[in-house]
Amino acid sequence: MLLSVENLTVRIGKVEPLSGLSFTLDRGEILGLVGESGSGKSLTAMAVTGLLPLIGGRISAGSVVFDGTDLAALPEARLRPYRGKRIALVTQNPMTALDPVQRVGDQVDIMARLHLGMDAKAARARTVDLLNRLRIPESRTVCDAYPHQLSGGMKQRIVIAMALAAEPDLIVADEPTTALDVTVQAQIIHILGELVRERGLALMLITHDMGVVAQVCDRVAVLYAGRLAETREAGPLFARPRHPYTRALIDCIPREGMAPGSLTGIPGLVPSVAQYPAGCRFHPRCLHADAACQQVPEARPQADGGSVSCHHPMEADHG
Amino acid sequence: MSLARSLSSVVRALRSPKGGISGAWLVLVVLGAIFAGVLTPFDYDVQDLPGAFVAPSATHWLGTDEFGRDLLTRILYGARTSLSVSSIAIGLSVFTGMVLGAAAGYLGGAFDRAVTIFVDLTWSFPEILVALILVAIIGPGITGTMAAIGVAYLAQFTRLTRAQIMAIRSETYIEAARSVGASGSFILFRHLLPNALAPVLVAAMLATGDAIILEATLGFFGLGAQPPTPSWGAMMSSGSALLFKAPWIIIFPGLAVAVTVIAVNLFGDALIHALDIKTRLREV
Amino acid sequence: MLDYILRRVLLLVPVFLAVSVIIFLILHLIPGDPVDNLLRVGSNAEARARIEAKYGLDRPLVVQYGIWLANLVQGDLGSSIITRRPVSTMIAQVLPNSLMLGGFALLFSTIFGVIFGVIAATWRDRWPDQMLMGGVLLGSTLPSFWLGLLLILTFSVQLGWFPVSGARGWESLVLPVLTIGLGGMALVARVTRVAMVEAAGRDFVLLLHAKGLSPTHIRLRHVLRHAMIPVVTILALRIGWVLGGAVTVEYVFARPGLGLTLIKALAQHDYPVVQACLLMLAIAVMLGTLLGDILQALMDPRVRSALT
Repeated sequence: MLLSVENLTVRIGKVEPLSGLSFTLDRGEILGLVGESGSGKSLTAMAVTGLLPLIGGRISAGSVVFDGTDLAALPEARLRPYRGKRIALVTQNPMTALDPVQRVGDQVDIMARLHLGMDAKAARARTVDLLNRLRIPESRTVCDAYPHQLSGGMKQRIVIAMALAAEPDLIVADEPTTALDVTVQAQIIHILGELVRERGLALMLITHDMGVVAQVCDRVAVLYAGRLAETREAGPLFARPRHPYTRALIDCIPREGMAPGSLTGIPGLVPSVAQYPAGCRFHPRCLHADAACQQVPEARPQADGGSVSCHHPMEADHG
Repeated sequence: MSLARSLSSVVRALRSPKGGISGAWLVLVVLGAIFAGVLTPFDYDVQDLPGAFVAPSATHWLGTDEFGRDLLTRILYGARTSLSVSSIAIGLSVFTGMVLGAAAGYLGGAFDRAVTIFVDLTWSFPEILVALILVAIIGPGITGTMAAIGVAYLAQFTRLTRAQIMAIRSETYIEAARSVGASGSFILFRHLLPNALAPVLVAAMLATGDAIILEATLGFFGLGAQPPTPSWGAMMSSGSALLFKAPWIIIFPGLAVAVTVIAVNLFGDALIHALDIKTRLREV
Repeated sequence: MLDYILRRVLLLVPVFLAVSVIIFLILHLIPGDPVDNLLRVGSNAEARARIEAKYGLDRPLVVQYGIWLANLVQGDLGSSIITRRPVSTMIAQVLPNSLMLGGFALLFSTIFGVIFGVIAATWRDRWPDQMLMGGVLLGSTLPSFWLGLLLILTFSVQLGWFPVSGARGWESLVLPVLTIGLGGMALVARVTRVAMVEAAGRDFVLLLHAKGLSPTHIRLRHVLRHAMIPVVTILALRIGWVLGGAVTVEYVFARPGLGLTLIKALAQHDYPVVQACLLMLAIAVMLGTLLGDILQALMDPRVRSALT
């Protein structure tokens, strides 16, 4: 297993926005990390890439074992060689992800120069090659452009090129398409999927869009309010969701043949960190909640390999 | 902002260690200025040539100047000049700036453009240069100094008030007031100006610190209050030629300026903190 | 870029005209007859007539301004009332001193201000930051003439390291540059610190960390570069402030220069000299803002694209 996260718990100051998260991810696999905003998805990305200290957070318990090494136990200096080189990050908003006063070519070049020891010329050749493969037209000219001269989709491709440049084993993509137009979204997701298949990369795709997850992910981990609700293979998960929250998320995907206006939402909002309810954190919004839900649910292993944290998992196929 | 709220902000500012110490110093200086006549047994303008250049001692705590006048007495009287000149000048500047800025922000159009051009023009020039032009026209003395300081900081308050008015103007509750038929001047005086007041007053506080320096500088050039009226700047002006003989003549008045200005700044900081208006000041 | 510079220079023309009108009007706003203000007390009728003819003082104000401006453009700034020498010669004599003082002070403030600002931002809210910011508060609140006097007292009177006054040799430059520079340094350090902290919080910095770059590389090559943009803007806006400092400091150190000439002329009611000095200082301020704009365009590609 390339990445194995066990009982990951994150603290920022006095609050604990992420508790007891476990999942695994192997090469050639795409794991979808799903949840509404505020569920702890981005914090998971920061924890895996070791960037929590930048926002004043830390891993307070659990382990992030990457290729046999527990990253959670490494000091900052020993962590840096992993960043960019073995674990790459694609951030949410391509509009603000690039340094606005540096040419984009240089921003990609630095990866090969820093991590692969290439000289300027070789690094540039590699950058151009990468941009070509990401289907960026006139890649040489683009290298000389500044970020503000490029479109959002183009910028996101540059960020992906940056992530790929040092041949990482794992790419963590935090909502890579949220800020883009719908047509561009599909292209970017397609490119990412292709890369995983071609190169045997592992991809952790963080999104709130169940539609995207259904398209490309092999496995899914559903987060709710800083806890794991359910994790399973994508096929069975979509066919037979066990957690009421997963079920509700799936019902939010617009489908063909739906009567206009029939799209269901989930009543209520994700509670903020300071106001997590006791017991199962979903119970105030759950239709099936009863007295038992005042207790924190255990993660129950499932016959098909996943786990569900619910006192009343849904049994039958409701589809 | 209601009176009660502004008072409670001042109290909150005074509670912080920074605000407390600086506030205490400011109160001390103001009291010293008011009661300058009874605090020391000396007069500020009676010369005693045999007693000139006396170093700080038990009788003359801060020494005497070249005419044998007690330095502490002169510093206390100097506080009167320096504080009143700078605060009156800033007061006038704030008032004019608020009227101009509010009118420009509220009326818009050609008037707004004219005000903006004027503000931009003076804004890019250093206060001392604007002040020197004014002194060149009006002539040295207290009136000239006040006018110079007032005009030098006018751009700042006009700009700040205008920005506040523009920002608040578009907010929903103003729209709401207008939609229920509130008159223009009612909105301006009841809603817009009170909300613009807090940042402008804090800026005025901080500018008073700068104004004290500007007043002292003009005084030092011999362009401020004319003798025998004591002012901190003028005291140092005469002292600078006597640097070798009696350094205390320049050290103590300068110290009075420096500590007072630092106190004004620290208190202003504490006030910004207590009022929570840092972002609104920074917008400009 | 050249196009941009040209346009910025053209934009300065109306500003220059506005300032020149104000400076021209000084002569007419001061109490008394302008002719008297341009003459030594007790000058004869012949001299009066000459002055009246030269400045067209019997003609409408607009025409007078035209004559004055035309003379100005040709480098004729009139003659000093006190010394009777052409003002342009007087200015030419002292200008290099002022430029040198201003230039070195600016250099000193920028270099040390940026260094201290970076240090303060790096150790934000810890002791190096608190110490430096305390120093910054002192530096920006001490009256510069008093600071100058204290420096003279310490380094010239007590230690005898530098001359008390004058403008001979580099030794005479040290204390004046320090006097202006310390205040400027405080300003630059404060702006740099705030800009660094702000830039370090931007999104792209997170990605730079994720790329595996070293924190020092990120801080100096990316964050500082961004922070320098507002620093240059503020410095350009406050170039006048350095000149203001120069006026005061020249007076304190009795250093021949624009500032000292201006203050002396003010005290002696030597209005042609006052006008010329104010005009020179105003031009310097305008050139400063121009320089700042150009530097900003050079540093920020976004500003450059907005121009074309």
